[in-house]
Amino acid sequence: MRDVAIIGVGMTKWGEIWEKSLRQMFVETAYEAIADAGIEKLDGMYVGSMSPGLFVGQEHIGALLADYLGQKNIPAGRVESACASGGLAVKCAFMDIACGNSNIILAGGVEKMTDVSGDGATYALATAADQEYEVFHGATFPGLYAMMARRHMHEFGTTRRQLSSVAVKNHENGSKNPLAQYPFKVTHEGVENSVMVADPLTILDCSPITDGAAAVILADLETAKKLAKNNPLVKIIGIGHATDSIALHDRPSLSGLEATKVAGERAYKMSGKTPGDVNVAEFHDCFTIAEIMVLEELGFCEKGKGGEFTEACNTHIGGKIPVNTSGGLKSKGHPVGATGVAQVIEITKQLRGDGGERQVEGAKIGLTQNMGGTGASSIVHIMEVV
Amino acid sequence: MFPARIWREFPQRYRLEAVKNKDTGEVYFPPRYVSKDGKKFNGEKYILPDEGKIFTYTVIEVPPSQFKDEAPYVVCIVELTDGTKLTCQITDFDKDWLDIGKKVRLEFRRVQTDAHHGVLSYGYKAVPAE
Repeated sequence: MRDVAIIGVGMTKWGEIWEKSLRQMFVETAYEAIADAGIEKLDGMYVGSMSPGLFVGQEHIGALLADYLGQKNIPAGRVESACASGGLAVKCAFMDIACGNSNIILAGGVEKMTDVSGDGATYALATAADQEYEVFHGATFPGLYAMMARRHMHEFGTTRRQLSSVAVKNHENGSKNPLAQYPFKVTHEGVENSVMVADPLTILDCSPITDGAAAVILADLETAKKLAKNNPLVKIIGIGHATDSIALHDRPSLSGLEATKVAGERAYKMSGKTPGDVNVAEFHDCFTIAEIMVLEELGFCEKGKGGEFTEACNTHIGGKIPVNTSGGLKSKGHPVGATGVAQVIEITKQLRGDGGERQVEGAKIGLTQNMGGTGASSIVHIMEVV
Repeated sequence: MFPARIWREFPQRYRLEAVKNKDTGEVYFPPRYVSKDGKKFNGEKYILPDEGKIFTYTVIEVPPSQFKDEAPYVVCIVELTDGTKLTCQITDFDKDWLDIGKKVRLEFRRVQTDAHHGVLSYGYKAVPAE
């Protein structure tokens, strides 16, 4: 397998972008990545998007976006793994290059979520759970994560305040990210007193509905070295991808995320790194409880101690392992298909030393974890600056 | 949405029909076509016990459109007496009673009214059994 590096990143402001269509958001973002890489022509493109069909009634966006990006005739397609679609696009691009099939690939992600009502978005998102045996009975996504949270609290004594600590920290980081949808700070009391969505999760425990796109350009190391101007090269050195039962009730335990544990083990093995080597990480904090569980499954703290670990500020910038310096899904926003790509962008910026106010000093190795559904898909990338 | 989609699920939703893997003793609800470790198996029809306890639950305050008139309502995962787990609503209970570990029984109830299907949908809901 050939070494693969990230040579360009592109991301525009996320939020309720009423004035821009799916294709405009994607093309502006992808073109920014192409310009950052200093290239003109792609060998191919993978676009992560969970449900353009339900959100804007448009399928077949691989061809649509390649055309509008001025990359006529390239091989391009959409890949889907619910909220892990972006991470899957990056993995596909990596494999395409690593095996020698292509030299320069764009991995992008996009979701246009505000062209439907709140009900429409809830419906589209719920398709990532078991339609006939969970959603049929009235389960929603916040509801499913709430049931996991309640189990985690029951088994390990995780507290309401510890859940809030995740939101407070991520909004603190997001307040320094000009591209974030909600770049403001929140307080513990603010989280706890906000509107209840699915007990015990309030609206400030949940990631928002977001329009947004993100893109990275990957290349084999030889091509990357030729193209590199001033940007330090960031290599992807480990990838782990795993799945689990889509329905929560089919899993022996609800207080863990087995697919994330397995994906993490695979990525650590491929890269030869351990949790102790990682300087900065982006986790899939679709709900506050998710970040706590991912911390445990990826080996950053003991099982059951994720809440305590977070409350003690270990995941803050300057802490043992800064998590979600970008603001995470909580503050930066969660245009589902774009999220996994944006995580790779934040880690690339951190490893390049371009983190600005959010920079983790001396970061050399970073990790991203992107998750679909209630954790039935999980993709971990480990990256290192050359 | 065609009625066939809910009609197809009647054996599970109306009669709690599962499949038992005679080779391993495992119970699959809903039925599976190969075993959890990817093998062909000898299966037989198996009716789930209708009693169990609350494994976890949540109160849905922000519902999907087809449950608009019912919120807030409780969704839970029940662990049945044979160890099988399933997701359903809990109904006819006192607020103070609700907790992990409480005994429940599954009853035949209406689940959705004029949902996406355009027809009434029935199935199982949990009620207190203590």
